[in-house]
Amino acid sequence: MSMQLWVVQTLNGLQLGVMLFLMSAGLTLVFGIMNLINLAHGSLYMLGAYLAATFQALTGSFFIACLLAVPLVMGIGMLMEMSILRRLYDRDHLDQVLATFALILFFNELVRMTWGPQAYFMAIPESLSGTVEILPGIPYPAYRLTIVLAGSGVAVGLYLFIGRTRLGMIIRAGATHREMVGALGVNIKLLYTFVFGMGAAMAGFAGMMAGPILSVETGMGEPIMILAFVVIVIGGIGSVRGAFAAAVLVGVADTFGRILLPPALSSMAIYILMAGVLCFRPQGLFPAHG
Amino acid sequence: MGKPADRRDRAGIHFTRIHLLYLAAGIGFFLIPLAADAFYTRLAGRILIYGLCALSLDLILGYGGMVSFGHAAFLGIGAYTVGILSNHGVESAWIAWPAAMACAGVTALVIGAVSLRTSGAYFIMITLAFSQMLYYFFAGLADYGGDDGMALWSRNSIGGPVDPGNPTQFYYLVLLLLAIVFYLCRRLVHSRFGMVIQGAGENERRMRAIGFPTYRYRLVCFMISGAVAGLSGALISNQTLYISPALMHWSRSGEILVMVILGGMGSLAGPVMGAAGLLLTEEVLSEYTEHWMIILGPLLILMVLFARGGIYGLLSPRRES
Repeated sequence: MSMQLWVVQTLNGLQLGVMLFLMSAGLTLVFGIMNLINLAHGSLYMLGAYLAATFQALTGSFFIACLLAVPLVMGIGMLMEMSILRRLYDRDHLDQVLATFALILFFNELVRMTWGPQAYFMAIPESLSGTVEILPGIPYPAYRLTIVLAGSGVAVGLYLFIGRTRLGMIIRAGATHREMVGALGVNIKLLYTFVFGMGAAMAGFAGMMAGPILSVETGMGEPIMILAFVVIVIGGIGSVRGAFAAAVLVGVADTFGRILLPPALSSMAIYILMAGVLCFRPQGLFPAHG
Repeated sequence: MGKPADRRDRAGIHFTRIHLLYLAAGIGFFLIPLAADAFYTRLAGRILIYGLCALSLDLILGYGGMVSFGHAAFLGIGAYTVGILSNHGVESAWIAWPAAMACAGVTALVIGAVSLRTSGAYFIMITLAFSQMLYYFFAGLADYGGDDGMALWSRNSIGGPVDPGNPTQFYYLVLLLLAIVFYLCRRLVHSRFGMVIQGAGENERRMRAIGFPTYRYRLVCFMISGAVAGLSGALISNQTLYISPALMHWSRSGEILVMVILGGMGSLAGPVMGAAGLLLTEEVLSEYTEHWMIILGPLLILMVLFARGGIYGLLSPRRES
């Protein structure tokens, strides 16, 4: 295999990896802190893409669309949390799975009714439509490179936010000793809504970034949501660090699986990876609670 | 010896009420092809087949406490076994249906061997991931239709006077199979094996502490459940004469799960009622609007939040202890 292919495929793998990280960070935070399995996370991704595409069509600017769509998805996520999901924190996982499954049905149909059944078009912003020469003689699409950079930026930001700020400290404390944090006067309900909103914003951001390179259609969030589940299972449920490591691992493994393995097997590669990891570490690579 | 007799007495009362219910349901399903036209017979057949599948899920979910979100995979494996065999000229149900059960059972054995090492949320996500893997595998299987799926030329043959090609006869065949599986599962659930499974579902650590190798018991239960789901897959492919990866899509697993919960988990009749409930609701809602899922979604959320016992729970008041 040539050098060029290696570099380009590694970047493609990283690009899928940061996408997966944006999705799985929200999932794993919500699970680690609120103990909630949220299947409807993919719906937020889908809404991010549809809203961004609509705003882009209205304003003509990808960046304004981004500024409008991400907070809007965050708001929708917080509304969802306050109206329905909040009631599920104390229920068992089965109830959570069912209720959020029902939410997916609802959102898919809502999107179909609002935007119609056909796929929606979203253009790559003009300033990013060219290619960049990452190494001499190896061009790479600028937009995909932007995804890698923006996603990594969010990952670093999230790491600093959780590790270094006061609010992040409260979130970490809330994950391990929720009663105690409540007793110390923190408004746990508000904190949960905020954490959920953060996860929703990241999912919306991921959907928006994916819009121009994938097709914007109903149910577009589901395959990536299931991949994100694989990621957080490999990384250790509840661990953001684990989610990042596993997201990059899965992204790269999937991309190289597609070029190195025969078709029927390549789609199975990451699941075999998951099974392998679980055989040796049933709690994932970086278990959150030891 | 007053006490045991007393207990038997109470059990007796409970039994007759449930028996009456079964009898009424049995007669109802028996009469459908006689009283209604082909459309309803077909719908009732679908309900029975999905009821069978939901029943198999309830073995591990309601009794074993294993929340599997990948049950459609076994349904699909069963259907594809029938399809692939038929593609190679094997038309006899005596070979194809047991083969469907065996393939689904072996798949369940492999998936279960990995998944059952974990529990709780991990188990849910892993079973979901494995079923998604099989979905992509069959979607990529170009020799057998790939994404588009494949058609069956005709229903499997049984021999003798029985002709599954006749819709009414096929319906009664499905009803008979459901009754047999129902009876066997009832025996299974009340056997020593079933007790261990239920015990492990309630408190696995305790069962292990008193010396049961719960992993092995659960794995066997998971395999049986997969095999029964495989049978329902064989039946559904025979009814629709069409097999596609959509059968094993993750949303199908969700629907089967909804059937079990809607009907009431931890019972054998519940899942069948749940299948009837969900499929009839879909049918009725889609009469009114093509966007029926916008109504079904909130309905399901309300059900989860406020009606946990399901239909079965409403019909048979809980035994007080």
